[in-house]
Amino acid sequence: MKLTKTALLATTALGILAGAASAETLRWARAGDSLTLDPHAQNEGPTHTLAHQIYEPLLLRDTAGELEGALATDWAVSEDDPNVWIFTLREGVTFHGGETFDAEDVIFSIERAKSPDSDMKELLNSIVEVRAGEGNTVEFVTDGPNPILPSNLTNLFMMDKGWAEANGAVDVQDYEGGETTFAAANANGTGPYMLESREADVRTVLVQNEDYWGMDEFPMDVTRIEFTPIQNAATRVAALLSGEVDFIQDVPVQDLERVDSSDGLQVKNAPQNRTIFFGMNVGADDIENDDVEGANPLSDVRVREAMNMAINRDAIQQVVMRGQSQPTGVIMPPFVNGWTEELDAVPEGDMEAAKQLLADAGYPDGFSIQLDCPNDRYINDEAICQAVVGMMAQAGITVNLDSKPKAQHFPLISNGTTDFYMLGWGVPTFDSEYVFNFLVHTRGDELGSWNATGYSNPELDEKIVSLASTTDLDARNATIAEIWDTVQSETLYLPVHHQVLNWGLSGSVDTEVQPEDQPKFKYFSMN
Amino acid sequence: MLAFVLRRVFQSIIVLLVVGLVAFSMFTFVGDPIDNMLGQERTQADIERLRQQLGLDQPFVVQYWNFLQNAAQGNFGVSYRQGRPVSEILLERAPATLELAAVSALFAMALGIGLGVFTAIRRDGVASNLIMSISLIGVSLPTFLIGILLIWVFAVELSWLPSFGRGEVVQVGGWSTGFLTSSGLKALILPAITLGLYQMTLIMRLVRSEMLEVLRQDYIRFARARGLRERAVNFRHALKNTLVPVITVTGLQLGAIIAFAIITETVFQWPGVGLLFINAIQFVDIPVMAAYLMLISVMFVGINLIVDLLYFAIDPRLRAGRGKGH
Repeated sequence: MKLTKTALLATTALGILAGAASAETLRWARAGDSLTLDPHAQNEGPTHTLAHQIYEPLLLRDTAGELEGALATDWAVSEDDPNVWIFTLREGVTFHGGETFDAEDVIFSIERAKSPDSDMKELLNSIVEVRAGEGNTVEFVTDGPNPILPSNLTNLFMMDKGWAEANGAVDVQDYEGGETTFAAANANGTGPYMLESREADVRTVLVQNEDYWGMDEFPMDVTRIEFTPIQNAATRVAALLSGEVDFIQDVPVQDLERVDSSDGLQVKNAPQNRTIFFGMNVGADDIENDDVEGANPLSDVRVREAMNMAINRDAIQQVVMRGQSQPTGVIMPPFVNGWTEELDAVPEGDMEAAKQLLADAGYPDGFSIQLDCPNDRYINDEAICQAVVGMMAQAGITVNLDSKPKAQHFPLISNGTTDFYMLGWGVPTFDSEYVFNFLVHTRGDELGSWNATGYSNPELDEKIVSLASTTDLDARNATIAEIWDTVQSETLYLPVHHQVLNWGLSGSVDTEVQPEDQPKFKYFSMN
Repeated sequence: MLAFVLRRVFQSIIVLLVVGLVAFSMFTFVGDPIDNMLGQERTQADIERLRQQLGLDQPFVVQYWNFLQNAAQGNFGVSYRQGRPVSEILLERAPATLELAAVSALFAMALGIGLGVFTAIRRDGVASNLIMSISLIGVSLPTFLIGILLIWVFAVELSWLPSFGRGEVVQVGGWSTGFLTSSGLKALILPAITLGLYQMTLIMRLVRSEMLEVLRQDYIRFARARGLRERAVNFRHALKNTLVPVITVTGLQLGAIIAFAIITETVFQWPGVGLLFINAIQFVDIPVMAAYLMLISVMFVGINLIVDLLYFAIDPRLRAGRGKGH
């Protein structure tokens, strides 16, 4: 009996020692789970983040947001044909199942991502054909010169053709069929981590891929990842404080100090690739949600300027966001091509001038209007709207706030049934064209799908469309600057701030905060 | 008897159908799932295509009819959020909720009856008054606050119990159980207390008042006069006679525990059907919401049906009255 006890103790001790030696398990929590493991079924943050550990794109954004070769080592426009991009593939890469990664897989993956049920197809609109090139290269043929094609590929993951075919996973999830696609619950990528087990919404366990091509290039300190979604913010913070998890995303701003001041914990932050702003219905002759009959006050640029002046962005930053935001004067985050300090400069808050502008526009006593605001989408979204209600009131504009969950808010923008609304926008391609395509171009079948302002400027539309095929980067940047000039002088949107990302980490974990909120654990170091 | 049962079953089916109709008429107000399902880059054409594909462009009555037709064949559709069959997801999630509900019902019964008897016997004692006052707090504090407080004390400050999740679970057949591992059992404690606290106070107060009533009865006095020991009088004679209403209430409350585990499950990230339902609402996952609501109403209707049948069996007056009425 005594012997067994000792033996038991010894094994336990060994277990503890072994545990200490392999202490590179990282327990990670965030608010939402990945929706599916199928890399082309959802174009959504948490889904891509998990996929990035298992699968790899040709190119990805590193911790600083810069383009870095993943499965491609080199990429350039063909010297013979401006419509062709040539990607040189990394040699000697294998999938977790042992299959070799080659041009065939790239062609298969891009075609799969272009299929109608894929959520990624819009980013690949310009691609006409993908074909194997000379040697270990793949050629992407586009319908015209596309200077920013590589930026569209950073979340475009590569699957193995043979694996997909063998498992009936050639098609992306289709909701009508009533069946789960094999790829939605299983994964076979080339990435640094392999799927060990997954229970949707409960726990996903990943283990290091010993054969990863980048074993020597990246820290690769984390050998095992246990991912749990924890929806409730207070519980998520409690789990970090009690040491049950090592890393949380989405730390609520009111808890930052508590986490940072705790022993063995740290908070790291960085500006996020997301800008918060207000949109207004400037296009309609008369709007429904105001008290002005027969006219639309928002169609007058002086009114919009007045509203822009009335918003005290510094107050919002200090009071509502507890310092965790970057006030701005433009609706694009700082690392986007086309961003300048002048554009970003915060507009002067000047109540007297605002009142004067309103009087000039014919509204000396102001007017009243409804503001639609989400309450579960952006950091402190409803509180920002409440602050703005007060600021507008000082200028004489009575704002009736209507806050609702995102599932009810965003349809208002899709259907164009709101006259004054909050929206946040991230730029995954890191280029202004993306902002213009969705937010500035006249709303149509293809472009302008998020432009609920009713703004339409054919001349500007032409410039926006021309960006897609201007290969001369200087000329292209000049056009971008011109478009921004118009957007700013029209006061088409009322920018508020860039969100700041906060990651709560155990003291033993070290990493930079990635602007897209996509931790990639191969870059994490642990001590 | 058979006619009565058939009539009640028929009424139950009507109730279910009405619940479903009301649920489907509400879904449009929850929001539009399309924006959640398609990425930021979606075009107007994508939106229309998916809306048609899912049949969301049709009036809710038609959607409801389609749902009923499929449901009759055992097909509850595919979750918009997870892209998996709803019945599969519900079966996967049910064990977590049922285990939590069972443990908290047990906790509520054991502690509720025990404390109820105690406070009835020592009705003027300091301890009794203290328990009664504390139970008031238990009734009046909202569930999420109790949950957060427990997490704060037992997970963050004392590090005794986990703050979230189910711990390690073991698969027994198709059933995932947390009863067989120590981390699974530990993980049950805080959520079970949070969920069962309200029921516990309810049962305690019920037992107490019933006991006080019974203890005044003549036969208790006679039992004491016969020289029986206090324990025998209190437990064998008094408590037994208080249990009928307690069991009725507890039975009905079990349904409530399962249905309203939503908040507790959200606070503790407990992977049961309640958390599934909350996620479904946020995402406007109509197939999951519909299946969950139908499941819960089947459960409530079922419990009520059984209670009705029990009354019918127990109370002869019901039968006699019915016979005369016709």
